[in-house]
Amino acid sequence: MNFKELAMASNKLASGHRSCAGCGFPSIVRTVMKATKKQIIVSCATGCLEVTTTIYPYTSWLTPFIHNAFENASATISGVEAAYKALKKKGKLRKDVKFLAIGGDGGTYDIGLQSLSGALERGQNFVYLCYDNEAYMNTGVQRSSATPRGANTTTTPAGKASFGKLEWKKELMQIAIAHGINYAAQASPHNLIDLYNKAEKAFNTKGPSILVVLSPCPLGWKSNTNMSVQIAKLAAETNFWPLYEYENGKYVLNYEPAKRKPIIEFFKTQGRFKHLLKNKKLLEEIQGKVDEKWSKLKKLCEEK
Amino acid sequence: MKKNYKQIPIGGMITKAGNSEEYKTGDWKSFKPERDEKKCTNCLICVNYCPENCIKVKNGKLNHFDLDYCKGCGICATECPFKAIVMELDTECEL
Amino acid sequence: MTELTGAQAASFAMKQINPEVVSAFPITPQTEIMMDFAQFVADGDVNTEFVLVESEHSAMSSAVGASAAGVRSMTATSSAGLALMFEILGVASGSRLPVVMNVVNRALSAPINIHCDHSDSMDCRDIGWIQLYSEDAQEVYDNTFIGLKLAERVKLPAMIMQDGFINSHCLQNIKLLKDAEIKNFIGKFKPKQSLLNFKKPVTIGPLELFDYYFETKRQESEAMISALEDYKIVCKSFEKMSSRKYSAVEKYKLKDADYAIVALNSVCGAVKDVVDELRINGEKVGLLKIRLFRPFPYDDVLNALKHCKRITVMDRSESFGANPPIMSEVVNSLKNAKKINSVIFGLGGREIFEDDIKNIYYNMIKNKKQERYVGCRE
Repeated sequence: MNFKELAMASNKLASGHRSCAGCGFPSIVRTVMKATKKQIIVSCATGCLEVTTTIYPYTSWLTPFIHNAFENASATISGVEAAYKALKKKGKLRKDVKFLAIGGDGGTYDIGLQSLSGALERGQNFVYLCYDNEAYMNTGVQRSSATPRGANTTTTPAGKASFGKLEWKKELMQIAIAHGINYAAQASPHNLIDLYNKAEKAFNTKGPSILVVLSPCPLGWKSNTNMSVQIAKLAAETNFWPLYEYENGKYVLNYEPAKRKPIIEFFKTQGRFKHLLKNKKLLEEIQGKVDEKWSKLKKLCEEK
Repeated sequence: MKKNYKQIPIGGMITKAGNSEEYKTGDWKSFKPERDEKKCTNCLICVNYCPENCIKVKNGKLNHFDLDYCKGCGICATECPFKAIVMELDTECEL
Repeated sequence: MTELTGAQAASFAMKQINPEVVSAFPITPQTEIMMDFAQFVADGDVNTEFVLVESEHSAMSSAVGASAAGVRSMTATSSAGLALMFEILGVASGSRLPVVMNVVNRALSAPINIHCDHSDSMDCRDIGWIQLYSEDAQEVYDNTFIGLKLAERVKLPAMIMQDGFINSHCLQNIKLLKDAEIKNFIGKFKPKQSLLNFKKPVTIGPLELFDYYFETKRQESEAMISALEDYKIVCKSFEKMSSRKYSAVEKYKLKDADYAIVALNSVCGAVKDVVDELRINGEKVGLLKIRLFRPFPYDDVLNALKHCKRITVMDRSESFGANPPIMSEVVNSLKNAKKINSVIFGLGGREIFEDDIKNIYYNMIKNKKQERYVGCRE
């Protein structure tokens, strides 16, 4: 796959959706859906993507789509898949169909985690895509368990006695992998070819698979709309958001910066970290955590 | 005129796939992309990064920007490796 | 005649319906239904996809997904399970998906209690589901087919209630129908739109704001009201097949009754016994049993009760600080025409005795004050 081919592949998310200018998820969702030539049914959790693409009487979806509620995209797609299997068993349907559940970080790391866990454990044949913009953006930038330590959100505002969110970000990849699934990948919208390849693998995986993709949010990250892709790139270059995959029991690192940039380079691009830039102690602590997680990941990837 | 309750499909179902194209988001923008055709190599990188899918391709080449949907985010200009796109003030927009 | 419990009657009906998808999660006392059904799956008696989810919330979510994909989709629950589903019950009805669910009535927490009352299903009475109540296993069995057929006609989900343990776990004689009869009665399910129709990709569950939400809800309301007439049609065709006649309300020795009790589900059996006994003594008493609670058959209730001197409505659930559910609807039916007593009984499985019911009738007959709570230590 290259950019030219990707640009010309059949698109399933139409224009006229109402996500903010510079939003990260439209290109993520388009790229993922381009990665299979089979028919796709989408189940989407409540959140920015669902809201901005299905404002009645308009829909941006060129493929069958269902939104049920915030916490149940995975359970919903399980029912759809069961219906498909039942009809296939009866010989009433011949097509091969792919099932895609999508949620933001709130709908995945938090309120939808149980539903996701259930579907992963049952071995439902679907791809779960989490577009992770690291907070509840749709309701106005509240902290989620995917919000990184130190980020300023409307429920963890930085103030005289606080530097923003206290807790570290939850490890979704590890949680998903612990279910014994065959494929999990972390990707970023700055490298759409890598994302495409991972989505293709996910769709071809037997049983459940998951794609965790960083999704820059100019509104919540307080960044310039034109910088979304560049910020995602910095997330990878600082090892804040490593690109890696887990395939049939093996970890593979997809990108290693020649010289990792300091985390402050990533923080500088976003207003949500503005208050941290002079907090040396916290910066050092966060840098330490990033490096520690990176070396753990490298070790996993070196395992034979 | 918006449809009354007897005229719409039941349960809020939307039966016209992709009809959001009837909703133009182009008037959100303050800046619009301009392409320097001499610099453009038709690599189509911008097409993939555009959140609005509004950079149109014809015969494998970049054809035009569909300004009916462009929100003016400027990602295309930032990501163009050849600096062939610049964002210019949209004189039609209401400031 | 076959001996089945209420739960077995429900699972046997599900087996004969042979839905494409059943989603299940255990909860007492519903679990018997799903255990039975699991055996049907294991024995190859059905070709259902059985989705064993991790919560009732996911059971209903999966049921909605399956129904949206255009197939018959069923589940069952009780009490806390129904409460956990509550959010998605509204999605099923709002999206006009005819999911069918057997509810085995059980009290809600707290305090936690596994026994029967109707606080679970009554709390869901305004969520857009058809509600059918069943006195015994036979009615559970029959209501499941009637509910499914009605749900698919009006495109609204339906729940079929039965009393936990009292009905669900007691063996009763019931008359079963043949598989072929059921197949013919329920016919094929062919929704106009489905997620599996790739020629016409549909978006289900969009965001509707102030410009369309009201219209969508108005449609839903009209559909529910129309279910009153459709219920009669479905019952007529069910009668043709089974020779069992059903109507939204059942009048038991009510024609010349001066004193009536209104109730639903299993207590009606005991009330009927008391009516028989008091009738021997010459008391003009009767019972009005409600089968169809949503939509509510206001006219039927008015016509059945308008000649009665006194009426007592027995609710097995509480509306804290307000008239309980059945009482409210009976009052609505009769407007200001009658003096109606309200009785709340049997919460959390508290026993009700025939003497209690007898007292209710005598309070009416002797024009004595009726205490609101029967069986509660005051």
